[in-house]
Amino acid sequence: MDWKTEWKPLFWIVAIFLLLFYLPIGVPRFDNAVFEALYLVKWYAQEHVLLCLVPAFFIAGAIAVFVSQESVMKYLGPTANKAIAYGVSSVSGTILAVCSCTVLPLFSGIYRMGAGLGPATAFLYSGPAINVLAIVLTARVLGMEIGIARAVGAVVFSVVIGLAMHFIYRKEEVEKANAAMNMPEPEVKRALWKNIIYFASMIAILVFANWGKPVETSGFWYIMYNFKWVITGASSVLFAVVLVLWFELKWWKVLIAAAPVVALSIIIPDQPILAFSAGAIGLSVLTSTDKGETGGWFVSTWDFAKQILPLLLFGVLIAGFLLGRVGKEGVIPNEWVAWAVGGNSLWANFFAAISGAFMYFATLTEVPIVQGLIGSGMGKGPALALLLAGPALSLPSMLVIKSVIGWQKTIVYVILVVVMATITGMIFGALF
Amino acid sequence: MMIEILGPGCFKCQKLEEVTKQAVSELGIDAFINHITDYNGITNRGIMITPALVVDGVVKVAGKVPSLEEVKIFLGK
Repeated sequence: MDWKTEWKPLFWIVAIFLLLFYLPIGVPRFDNAVFEALYLVKWYAQEHVLLCLVPAFFIAGAIAVFVSQESVMKYLGPTANKAIAYGVSSVSGTILAVCSCTVLPLFSGIYRMGAGLGPATAFLYSGPAINVLAIVLTARVLGMEIGIARAVGAVVFSVVIGLAMHFIYRKEEVEKANAAMNMPEPEVKRALWKNIIYFASMIAILVFANWGKPVETSGFWYIMYNFKWVITGASSVLFAVVLVLWFELKWWKVLIAAAPVVALSIIIPDQPILAFSAGAIGLSVLTSTDKGETGGWFVSTWDFAKQILPLLLFGVLIAGFLLGRVGKEGVIPNEWVAWAVGGNSLWANFFAAISGAFMYFATLTEVPIVQGLIGSGMGKGPALALLLAGPALSLPSMLVIKSVIGWQKTIVYVILVVVMATITGMIFGALF
Repeated sequence: MMIEILGPGCFKCQKLEEVTKQAVSELGIDAFINHITDYNGITNRGIMITPALVVDGVVKVAGKVPSLEEVKIFLGK
């Protein structure tokens, strides 16, 4: 028996055994929390997967494949205009950072080969917070205003933090990397406006399929709500035409894929989710069997789904177990949450910001966790503070950032993020 | 042949290493594969978007996982 290698399985067997041995089944709080976790995960499956996450994955996949990252990076090079560099780095997270693991190499590159510490920090901060999937899910689950506040807050404060870092370290010379930025030349396959129409039609499908029912029964929002499936359908037709005209898909294949969608929406018009699902399946079959760039689009979409869905499922289960659904309790009593992050006090915002900064959130799991916290009594300000500080920082990412810019700058950066998130949270909490 | 795979150990970077190893074994070439995960090492090779594939000091791909066929072409020369 070789204990040097075998201690690990033994450790896990003993740990799981002890966990099961003392499993508190029958304790009402525990039993209830298990049910809360299941209720919450069911709610996510019913409300958020088909209409929201599936189209969002397709959009994220399309961004990764069809948007040229190189064309963005030229604005962040060593000779770039500084004002433009800040602007680009604060918003380019939507395009460049759909996967959180791409943020840090870009940060290191902008810092040592490109526009310097300020824009690099701006990018580091905004990148994880404004990726498409995160914004879409935040707006859908936590409400429009917090979704927009998250996106706008991340962009504005990334510029402020970047400028602050630049100002604090303005006298310092960076030891530049001994290499030029190495970017393959972007291939231009179709005009920009064609890409814009392509993305706009997909975003229209996502937005209108998820158009929420407004409280009042008249006015602009209600009219839009009544016509949401008509507009979604029209956008889908536009999308199909774009695919045939500019993305080299055969028109008869697109027609075959569209046939079940049309049929279902005529036969069962009161269940638009069926037609929508048929459309998603049709698009998947169509793109996955393609050998060219639309095939690449599906591969990248599928990679996102494969990578993110298990994490999200797990995150929702844990959030449900710990915090319960809205208005219900999980394992953690609501009073504790209300005590720590209830209301909109300085303490509540600070506590949310600092715990968010150190905690690690897997991609998108911050959304169910914040939802659970709000349901247990968290204020809106602290919720935004947590969303702003959370995904941008974690203990593991701090260690990596340190290896690029050293301890001192990392600590300054963390302090800036926590302070900014606290202030933004307080302002947002006071307004809404 | 010196093959470098650059990436901080994320999902896509591991996939690139997998594809590259398969390409090397299918082509039967004599190559040393080095997976560079530290950020300064990545930046020093001029790479900003990972995963990236560098063959004998020349950057072949940055920012995506190429298909097996593409990798074979990169290694073929």
